Amino acid sequence: MELKILTKRFGLPNSTSIETYLAHEGYQGLQKTLKEFTPDQVIDEVKKSALRGRGGAGFPTGLKWSFVPKQSPKPKYVVCNADESEPGTCKDRPLMEYDPHQLVEGMAIAGYALGSKRGYIYIRGEYMYIVPILEKAIDEARAKGYLGKNICGSDFEFDLFVHPGAGAYICGEETALLNSLEGLRGHPRIKPPFPAVAGLYGCPTVVNNVETFTAVPHIIMKGGDWYRGLGTEKSGGSKMFSVSGHVNKPGNYEVPMGYPLMQLINEECGGVWKGRKLKAVIPGGSSVYIMTAQECENATLDYEGMVKAGSSVGSGGVIVMDETTDIFETTYNLIHFYNHESCGWCTPCREGTDWLHKLFKKIHRGEGTTEDLRMIERLCPNIEGRSHCPLGEAAVWPITSAMKKFPEDFRRRVREVEPVAAD
Amino acid sequence: MFSEALDKKANEIIARYPVKRSALLPLLHLVQNEENQITKEGMRYVAKKVGVEMNDVFEVLTFYTMYFTEPIGTHHIQLCRTISCYLRGAEEIREHLEKRLGIKPGQRTADGRFRLSEVECLGSCCTAPMFQINFDYHENLTPEKVDQILDSLP
Repeated sequence: MELKILTKRFGLPNSTSIETYLAHEGYQGLQKTLKEFTPDQVIDEVKKSALRGRGGAGFPTGLKWSFVPKQSPKPKYVVCNADESEPGTCKDRPLMEYDPHQLVEGMAIAGYALGSKRGYIYIRGEYMYIVPILEKAIDEARAKGYLGKNICGSDFEFDLFVHPGAGAYICGEETALLNSLEGLRGHPRIKPPFPAVAGLYGCPTVVNNVETFTAVPHIIMKGGDWYRGLGTEKSGGSKMFSVSGHVNKPGNYEVPMGYPLMQLINEECGGVWKGRKLKAVIPGGSSVYIMTAQECENATLDYEGMVKAGSSVGSGGVIVMDETTDIFETTYNLIHFYNHESCGWCTPCREGTDWLHKLFKKIHRGEGTTEDLRMIERLCPNIEGRSHCPLGEAAVWPITSAMKKFPEDFRRRVREVEPVAAD
Repeated sequence: MFSEALDKKANEIIARYPVKRSALLPLLHLVQNEENQITKEGMRYVAKKVGVEMNDVFEVLTFYTMYFTEPIGTHHIQLCRTISCYLRGAEEIREHLEKRLGIKPGQRTADGRFRLSEVECLGSCCTAPMFQINFDYHENLTPEKVDQILDSLP
């Protein structure tokens, strides 16, 4: 059963206009915040909600906000990560396209909680058509006193700007995003310091995903306990899942955290297409472990449940593959992606993904041997945990999990040779 | 030289940031939309506006896939090749486009009307396969639908 919380205004006439937004509880969360909450109380309410970062890492949002040093004399920034580029994930796009004010309101509440006066929405350049939608919403909010100085008659001041990127997956990594926002190449920074302490222009900064911010007004309006109660004890609320691939009704579905994966596939999405059987699912965007049909059976879509089932929630991009799918080919498709998107900064990732891509290409052409498979197995642990940022792991996990769970799809593509002694 | 209107827009963008250099990416989009590519003059203009060297601009623009230092072409077809589109037939769409346009990904037709690029995930996974023409999304593609779309272009 789908939930309609973040998506409740989707489909309304003029759903992007401030009039529609105001007629459907819009900006009431911000007004309530300014009237009834201190900044610390906002953070406590978000902590209570068990909201976790919806971009992929799943870090508890309230905790992240509490890391911002209150006494810092530097300006503080609120940055929205709208660089949605994780393969299989397309949920932030409708959230911005159909209900931009919900994001504006969520960011304004975050601004109040963090003592920030300015926020940026870093949107991937390919979503350029959404930029005017967001800018119109921001202009409308300014005109009605929900952004700018003296918001809703209080002394709270906050303004918001949209910043388009220019095509780079790595800019979805928060420190690469900040470098890109500063007009640099999108190379990730070493952490610590974390952005909460030294982020944009070296100032305290909170970076959250679009979906994370859009949940905040609801948490304020109905309470952290209510939001948590929608999901499970440790994974509060609802979440958008983008279901793509071999299903009858691909689409974005908002369901409570803890929802059974197979129910999402069979009921909301009308099951696997063409009457075929399920072979595999990549449940959280391409960077997580692939799951076998058997692992999917009892999997629940919450952070703990998915780990138990052998993968993770990630960004919520559920990629479904039917029984005819060749897992070697889908994995080859993904290593091409990670090789292309490696930013080139660190050696393990730059050289490692390139080498992996070459080996996959060789096997794809039918020239591979069992030694090439062994080489891939030796390369992966030399990237994982050794790269400058998580792109290294993201590139390796789909490969190691696919080779472990679908060994036949790899073995039958290669010629048997004697192992070469490894050092 | 760039127009006064463009320069005014550039100043508006720069004013959004406490540090001018932050306007670098948005300004590159601005000049590229004007000239269908980023020329040396465009780079020089942007460098001057945000107070960096031309070399800094070049360093940044070569990092991002959306910037071109040669004419893009009138219609830039950016076909998604990543997993969700692959599973729904992106390869068939690519073959159809290659045949119809007589070019491979990375190439431009001789008349400069079309450029074909194979790109990575464009966030349209639930409506795959898809391509973008310039900034417009075209989704749930079939070879027939591709023909209709291309026929309707000016």
